[in-house]
Amino acid sequence: MDEIMSKNNSEYLIERNDNVYEVVIGLEVHAQVTSNSKLFSSSSTKFGAEPNTQVSLVDAAFPGMLPVINEFCVKQAIKTGIGLRAKINNKSVFDRKNYFYADLPQGYQISQYKYPIVGEGNVILDMPEGQKQVGIERLHLEQDAGKSIHDIDPSNTLVDLNRSGVALMEIVSKPDLRSPDEVNAYIKKLRSIMRYLGTCDGNMQEGSLRADVNVSVRIKGSTDLGTRCEIKNVNSIKFMQMAIIYEANRQVDLIEEGQEIDQETRLFDTKKNETRSMRSKEDAHDYRYFPDPDLLPLEVTDEFIDKLKSEIPELPDDKKKRFIDEFKVSPYDATILVSDIDTAKYFEEVVAKMGKNRDMKLAVNWITGELFAVLNEKNIEIAQSPISAKNLAKLINLIKNGTISGKIAKTIFELMLDGDIDPQIIVEEKGLKQESDPKALEALIDKIINDNREKAIEYKQGKEKLFGFFVGQAMKASGGKANPQLINEILKKKL
Amino acid sequence: MTEITSLTLYELIKNIKEKKISSNEAAKSFVDRAEKSKKINAYVTENFENCLKLSKEFDDKPNFDLKLPGIPIAVKDLFCTNEVRTTAGSNILNNFIPTYESTVTQNIWNEGGILLGKLNCDEFAMGSSNETSFFGNVQNPIAEDLVPGGSSGGSSAALAANLTPVTIGTDTGGSIRQPASFTGTVGLKPTYGSCSRYGIVAFASSLDQAGPMSKDVKDSSILLEVISSFDKKDSTSIDFKRNNYSSELNRNIKGLKIGIPKEYRVDGMPDEIEKLWKKGIEYAKDCGAEIIDISLPHTSYALPTYYIVAPAEASSNLARYDGVKYGLRSSGKNLIDMYEKTRSEGFGEEVKRRVMIGTYVLSSGYYDAYYLKAQKVRQLIKQDFDQAYNKVDAILTPSTPSSAFKIGEKSNDPVSMYLNDIFTVPVNLAGLPGISIPAGVDKNNYPLGLQIIGKPFDEQTVLNIAYSMEEKINYKNNITDWWMK
Repeated sequence: MDEIMSKNNSEYLIERNDNVYEVVIGLEVHAQVTSNSKLFSSSSTKFGAEPNTQVSLVDAAFPGMLPVINEFCVKQAIKTGIGLRAKINNKSVFDRKNYFYADLPQGYQISQYKYPIVGEGNVILDMPEGQKQVGIERLHLEQDAGKSIHDIDPSNTLVDLNRSGVALMEIVSKPDLRSPDEVNAYIKKLRSIMRYLGTCDGNMQEGSLRADVNVSVRIKGSTDLGTRCEIKNVNSIKFMQMAIIYEANRQVDLIEEGQEIDQETRLFDTKKNETRSMRSKEDAHDYRYFPDPDLLPLEVTDEFIDKLKSEIPELPDDKKKRFIDEFKVSPYDATILVSDIDTAKYFEEVVAKMGKNRDMKLAVNWITGELFAVLNEKNIEIAQSPISAKNLAKLINLIKNGTISGKIAKTIFELMLDGDIDPQIIVEEKGLKQESDPKALEALIDKIINDNREKAIEYKQGKEKLFGFFVGQAMKASGGKANPQLINEILKKKL
Repeated sequence: MTEITSLTLYELIKNIKEKKISSNEAAKSFVDRAEKSKKINAYVTENFENCLKLSKEFDDKPNFDLKLPGIPIAVKDLFCTNEVRTTAGSNILNNFIPTYESTVTQNIWNEGGILLGKLNCDEFAMGSSNETSFFGNVQNPIAEDLVPGGSSGGSSAALAANLTPVTIGTDTGGSIRQPASFTGTVGLKPTYGSCSRYGIVAFASSLDQAGPMSKDVKDSSILLEVISSFDKKDSTSIDFKRNNYSSELNRNIKGLKIGIPKEYRVDGMPDEIEKLWKKGIEYAKDCGAEIIDISLPHTSYALPTYYIVAPAEASSNLARYDGVKYGLRSSGKNLIDMYEKTRSEGFGEEVKRRVMIGTYVLSSGYYDAYYLKAQKVRQLIKQDFDQAYNKVDAILTPSTPSSAFKIGEKSNDPVSMYLNDIFTVPVNLAGLPGISIPAGVDKNNYPLGLQIIGKPFDEQTVLNIAYSMEEKINYKNNITDWWMK
């Protein structure tokens, strides 16, 4: 077994023979730009279409066809750069990355090599032990390739060019990540920012977000970087984490055996849970990058960038701060509420509908508790929530103003699920209103004390535990509707 | 009356507008003459039947407001033409029929032009003699077994042989001007960005430019006016105000300053070229121009720079011909094997040579020494011209260092072949307009051309100087139709 030590919650260290290693991880995330048309052509980017139905002459690289930049994709990349607090470059250059493959019609990918559209930036991760800043090296725009399908025809490879030319943002992190948990937090944060911005839907099942993972190890405390291996094209966070754990341990084993680590490109085999060498440094492609002569350098003015800045919505970090400052939500709860833009929207709508006499704690608990449980169970997103923010706010207000108890509220919540029913109506129709009339409750309690004289005497003699018994009896007699606070008060007085 | 086929474009338009000649009569004349001129091997693909049909349709519903009313025109086979095979002179596109039209040819059809057919050219426009074409050599109508120049050799030959009233070529390093010079015709390479590259099979994207080829300067001005347009489909197309080149054409060049670059006096240049140039200077003076000696100090680096930049771009541009999507596919054991066989069989020797040179100069470890340095030198060559244009309005040079040579004479010596482009290449590297006009003959009576280079977007001045000098030179091709005998 691997000896894995875990000190802080998210720290990841590997111990072998008195040596403690840390893992150094950098990610190259490929995020599909949310755009109706491709980076250099007007073909649709819609997912799931019949093969080769969304392919223009440009995408299929017919003779004499020329790329024309899609301004919307440029805006999306700049917005993402702004979301990453990064430097937006006024001038960037599209290069050709040359290699042959059946699903690369041009024989080159148009990418940005020396002069990317976005430079250095950073992302803040909320880790259990506190915040961590991860550096962004760059973000550049590039074309996606098509898809080779090897398992339909026994003797031929089939090619689907629907993806060919789709705009991708390659977001390169600095080697600042140190554990699978941080990778998880980083990918989720990136996805969250891009979803807030509407620049990438982050859908990993559809391949909208994939990553190349660079892994190296070193003795903890060392500042030198070890030789890294790049694990190509991993398409889920879980697989990224599994690949990192496997790869880091493989490298540590090699070092401990006194062997060198080869800088190479590796593939993660999800079935065997191992990484395999794909090509060594010596076999690395010579991509012969050079500026694409079909495209002029991409120049954006400060005014253009400023205009986009003004269109940027409140992003998760700012929203979190505001939730804490304005709504007095705990940092922990705020992190959960802002992580997904739709959750944040839902929460804010609940807050707005609760009105003046709002109860933040109740709102947070009901959303992250009952509602999340239902969403999880039904495996749906909050945007498809069976209970609207408006009705959840009403329910919370009914609790807050004493109309119903928390316990009754749970019953009502279940009933609301069936068609987003107004909780007020349920309360009225089912007669679930809390009994808060002191006279009625006094009569009820008098009867209980009368029926349980002996217990009342025992209580008076000091058996204080019996107070709970009387509360229980009163709630039972009222069918759960008695106002628990009033019951307490009256019981104390009468006993 | 003169034969229809020997009319200039201007004369033909006039006759058609005056209803002295119908479009169909014109089409028939060119088709008939082409049938008798197979020996020239100008055509790769004939569109004769369709041309005759469309000319009849034009005559039924004529529109004389068009700039090329019912004019049959053959074009270089580098322009993609909808539903008409487009080969780029290569086996690898032997069977390729586009479903789209290049912007330049579309402009011609929009103004009433009718496609006669596709003209032979060097494979992917790589060559200076039309000898690299998969579809065989083209005969220069000037004399038997003489090359027509290249890469637009089919275009220059067709023009000189009166097989088309005008034509269009493409010029990456001289491919319009050199064949024009070799055939006693006029060829204009416009400013880079003047004519759209959309739908033109790419050779070297930063250098390629389409342009008119014609029997005289006026015809080039008419055709340039039609083909030059801003095109959003080409990101390098430039949105500048284009002149009405033909109506603004004039011979008033009095006082214009014409530069004579001393660096174009290259070692080993034949006397007759030197003499021709001197004669040209005298003609320019006669027209009222002022002659000024200038220096373009980086000229000697132009050819090596060109032969790095152009192959580098070509090596990448030609990667798409891989047997996967269209064109030739040879069967192979696996993908790599299929690539190798397809490209070995599909490309000719010269194309392979340039793909290899281009791949080499872009390779890791060589990029800085070759490609990057070449780009820097290219800037210096551009600056040479910028500085010269502070003093002069245009520049006069020979078009080529020699007249047309015999078929086979240089085909085994690529470097001597490349030297053909020595005077034309700097113009492409700097993105400038340049025209070649016939200016005399050598000792064999083979035509020689002079080149006028202009400022960016100043095609009008280039045309006006050429128009003025053309009148003084008064050159006439002496073509005997030897191939019909």
